[in-house]
Amino acid sequence: MTTLAFPDVAWLPLLPLMVIGATALLVLVADLFSEGPDYDALGWLGLIGLIVAAVCAALLWNQSGSTLAGTLVLDRYGLFFTILFAVGSGLTLLLSMNYLETTDIRSGDYYTLLLFSTVGMVLMATSVDLIVIFLGLEVMSIAAYALAGIWRTQVRSNEAALKYFILGAFASGFLLLGIALLFGASGETLLPRIGEVAATGTGEQRLLVTIGAALLLVGFGFKVAAAPFHSWAPDVYEGAPTAVTAFMAAGIKAAAFAAFVRVFVDSLGPLAGDWRGALWILAVLTMTVGNVSALVQRNIKRLLAYSSIAHAGYLLVGMVAGGENGNAAVLFYLAVYTFMTVGAFAVVIALGRRGQPHEDLDDWAGVGLRSPFLGFAMTVFMLSLAGVPPLAGFMGKFYLFSAALEAGYVWLTVIAVVNSLVSVYYYVGVLVKMYMAEGGVEAEATSARPYLFAALVATLAGTFLLGLFPTPWFEIARRSVESLI
Amino acid sequence: MFFLLSVPLVLFSLGVVLARSPVRSALSLVVALFLLAVMFFLLDARMIAALQVIVYAGAIMVLFLFVIMLLNLQHEPVETARPGQRTIAGAFAVVFALVLGAVALRGLPTMPGPGVEVAVTPSFGSVESLAERLFTRHALAFEVTSVLLLGAIVGAVVLARKIPR
Repeated sequence: MTTLAFPDVAWLPLLPLMVIGATALLVLVADLFSEGPDYDALGWLGLIGLIVAAVCAALLWNQSGSTLAGTLVLDRYGLFFTILFAVGSGLTLLLSMNYLETTDIRSGDYYTLLLFSTVGMVLMATSVDLIVIFLGLEVMSIAAYALAGIWRTQVRSNEAALKYFILGAFASGFLLLGIALLFGASGETLLPRIGEVAATGTGEQRLLVTIGAALLLVGFGFKVAAAPFHSWAPDVYEGAPTAVTAFMAAGIKAAAFAAFVRVFVDSLGPLAGDWRGALWILAVLTMTVGNVSALVQRNIKRLLAYSSIAHAGYLLVGMVAGGENGNAAVLFYLAVYTFMTVGAFAVVIALGRRGQPHEDLDDWAGVGLRSPFLGFAMTVFMLSLAGVPPLAGFMGKFYLFSAALEAGYVWLTVIAVVNSLVSVYYYVGVLVKMYMAEGGVEAEATSARPYLFAALVATLAGTFLLGLFPTPWFEIARRSVESLI
Repeated sequence: MFFLLSVPLVLFSLGVVLARSPVRSALSLVVALFLLAVMFFLLDARMIAALQVIVYAGAIMVLFLFVIMLLNLQHEPVETARPGQRTIAGAFAVVFALVLGAVALRGLPTMPGPGVEVAVTPSFGSVESLAERLFTRHALAFEVTSVLLLGAIVGAVVLARKIPR
């Protein structure tokens, strides 16, 4: 009988993760004892848990280390994303608290799944073991599949869940096969070890790693909704409850990029010459398909879905550029994108009513004049998404594209800038509708929905803050990627 | 011995995909999973072989057959593919097969051929060695799996519960 030497557990790296996990369980149990379907206290519980997790992560900023046989690390990269996910999920929670009242969704289930999904996201960003990254991705995705279909009485919500689930499972298969090949080549699933093999392995090992990397590219490409793996996004974004769509656009995309960048830079970095070309094509395709398809959309959620595809393309530009500046720009842009896209979806929610989602652009006619605050908020978010200074979206794109230019990708930068100009057309199109057309619907006063109002104010503040004072925040992003290279 | 196993394995795997009747498809899967278990056994991975039989060929297959019987599926509905979809899918499948084939051709000559004994430690594939890996090196993955299962259960209950009126 041999005794097992259980690995030493350092608890600090696990702290934010455990706080969010414990909150999820707490909400799950508290749901049993809460009265009524729309019990705000559950939302508050989740919100407090996320805030505590973010504060913990911020306090750990100057610490480093790893735990559980080196599978989970404590570094600034992971902490940056932990805070970003907590903020993204927190904002989603905030705008959901009023949104759920207009639906048939039970709030306890919803918050629990949202928090579970966040646990998976944090795992993806803080782990350096491919098995744990994959498990984190599945924790995140399975909760997201259920969230997409959580409005049971809506047929299109059911459709979205099924589509997302089937295509997501398919993509997971690619990811898993890629991981298996990397394991086959290196005999390990830890990223640093795979990195060694990618750098100094034999020809056969490197060949296996390259094929594995190609499969990983497909898997991650699906999760970030990069063309040509994007076809699920518009249908799922349109069908899922709007608050869930905001969560998918901001949180899940950011988590997928967190793992994407860590795996490709940290362990497949030595093969960058091979995958940069593939990413280049992916970036151009994604931007172009996203922007061109968005031009003809009549439904605001579909429009934002294609816009989110286009933004995945801009982020890929940063990954192609690579280096400290490129990767830092990706992180910075993900933070910016979280604020502006959650904000845009918050306006969509503000305009909807029970049974009448008002997602058609024609419903939006004249809303800007009748509800000045909503009009102002949407103007800010649309202009920021389009990349107009001095808003956050402009600074984000500036960092991304200048990194690409520095790295010598002139054509890629030109294509990205042209794409960005094309996008102005449909973003401004929404504003034209809101201010210069007549008809449309009356929006409910935002003061009647305090949580939604709070979410709008927070996202507006974030969009302005990151746009007007970008330097300290970009510095934080730069510090965060130092541990990668 | 390897070919004695692998040829039927491939045939039954094809049977899973190609069979029209879901029951036949499921039964082909049972045989394929059993053959895979024997292969694991030949590779000295005794624990994995046992798990393969118990978990896959046993529990999961029973579940599959139960679902098929409960739904009382007779024939798979005729699939409607968009025109050209098959051609495109076929083309991609051929390209993917070529890539994999090329990799295999480059890699296979460097692998030890059949008949070459690869030395393994006596504890290889045993319950102890599996447990040791699972609870030391993969302790986090082990714990995360429980989170995954809990999340999946919550999700399944949320989606399958009766809609309250």
